[in-house]
Amino acid sequence: MHKKRAGLLPYLLVAPTLVFVAVFTIYPTIASVIGSFYHHRLNILKYRTPRFYGLGNYHELFSSADFQQIIVNTLVYTIILVPLTIVVSFLFALWLRPKKFAPFRIAIFHPTILPAVSAATIWLFFFTPGYGLFNSFLSSLGYGGPQNWSSNPQLALFSLVIVAFWKDAGFYMIYFLAGLQNLPKDVYEALRLEGAHPFVVFFKFTLPLMRRTTLFVSTIAMVGAFRMVDHVIVITSGGPSNKSSLLLYDLWQERFENLNVGKSSAITVILILFLLVFTISNLLFNERKGVIHD
Amino acid sequence: MTKNKWLFLWIPALVVVVIWSVPVVWALIASLRPPMEAFTRGQVWFGSALSLANYKRALSLAPFGLYFRNTVLMVLMVLVVQLLFSSLAAFGFAFYKFKGDRILFVLILTQMMIPTVALLVPNFQTIRVLGLYDSLGAMAVPFWGSAFGTFLLRQTFLGIPKDYGDAALVDGCHWYQILWHVYLPMAKSSLVAFSISTINWHWNDLLWPMIITQSDKSRPLTAGLVRFTQLGEVGAQWGLMSAATLIVALPLLVLFFIFQKRFMEGYMNSGIK
Repeated sequence: MHKKRAGLLPYLLVAPTLVFVAVFTIYPTIASVIGSFYHHRLNILKYRTPRFYGLGNYHELFSSADFQQIIVNTLVYTIILVPLTIVVSFLFALWLRPKKFAPFRIAIFHPTILPAVSAATIWLFFFTPGYGLFNSFLSSLGYGGPQNWSSNPQLALFSLVIVAFWKDAGFYMIYFLAGLQNLPKDVYEALRLEGAHPFVVFFKFTLPLMRRTTLFVSTIAMVGAFRMVDHVIVITSGGPSNKSSLLLYDLWQERFENLNVGKSSAITVILILFLLVFTISNLLFNERKGVIHD
Repeated sequence: MTKNKWLFLWIPALVVVVIWSVPVVWALIASLRPPMEAFTRGQVWFGSALSLANYKRALSLAPFGLYFRNTVLMVLMVLVVQLLFSSLAAFGFAFYKFKGDRILFVLILTQMMIPTVALLVPNFQTIRVLGLYDSLGAMAVPFWGSAFGTFLLRQTFLGIPKDYGDAALVDGCHWYQILWHVYLPMAKSSLVAFSISTINWHWNDLLWPMIITQSDKSRPLTAGLVRFTQLGEVGAQWGLMSAATLIVALPLLVLFFIFQKRFMEGYMNSGIK
């Protein structure tokens, strides 16, 4: 009955959040799309005032080898990091699920609360060639390959993956632990009595039942991968020759170093499209799988 | 069986835990060594004299106290307003049915797919127009509307039987009494989890503060640390850099170790699944 008497009230309750989301998410999204069609550079007098440029910014971006490299980097970074982190954090959760392992969880989780800058600074020391701890450790295992991880064209991107993996696995583990806690205990009891093989239990029951958690974790992991920038700033500055530059880092450079507003708007739009495509396809993929299992 | 347990559970767990902890332990040790020792004795893990010289030097090179104050104030400005606005919005969506509620909810949710940081070009402009550039507000205001908070609290509120609220309304309670005395107390673990992620996210954020602040008076710890590591003087002095790194990381790490149980439970019981 309060439904009829509520009147304006629910709108007022929702308004503050809505206003700030409108001003700092919806409006800027639209502004970026519009801005991306203009030639607008703050350091060139002629283009101080925006001029219509059509798809010019996009054309420039996609025909530039550097930008193609950045797109590839971002995709490689995401495609390696996200599945790796999800699988490992799930394994950690399964493994550290018994109460007696609780103290171990803290060790895995603590990098999460470290500021990314601090984590990156520490790892920067580790990657140092020669006496860096990371290399010393690898060579003690018999590794004889290249050592200069953060400034080697082949390895720079992977050094970023390693740091992010180390930092995030514990965070996602917590969500998987929470999901595992909520699994129906009686089902497992029954399976145990029937003597089902652990692998059968895992693939036929645990995995499908954890679908919602996995969906949630993979979505935040992807969004996280696309907005990674702190480690790039500290560890590689995008180098060598753009081999480890990621979209958000490039966006920042284009806007605040090259002062190219139009082009950076176009990068924003591309970043948004990536985010949308990945999160929506993730959602659809998981929905479809759900139909099969449910 | 017990032997297997050792082989497959305990030993690997210990190995992983040790590997995972090495970076921070190493930074701690490096920061506590006398500054010149790295040159004279090379890499040593144990047996060196403890010294706070690196910390003193780091604190004299950059105003970390000021950065700390800025970070705390900025995080509080984000947290308090987000909690308030998100609870109100979540209550509105969960308790009332109104025209257009679905569309409005979806509009808010767009923020979960398009993070505010990705929109730094137009938001930078907005902050300048609002006259907030290089202020604590510049770091906080863009995040006042939180889709995540609204979404999480709405989910939690929907799990609370509506009869409680309805009965209170019949008794003549105001909506804010229902929110304050019925809904919020029942959503405690979600509120804790939401606060933790907000604090964690904004305490650690770098790019936005770096762009939107310019002077030490509003610069937070993370941006201060990046500037510090770029000081020519600091260069490859690992002990000094480790000390600065830990000065920035320590407050949260200490908080975490004190409240670790609540911290983990907050996440695990939050219904963020």
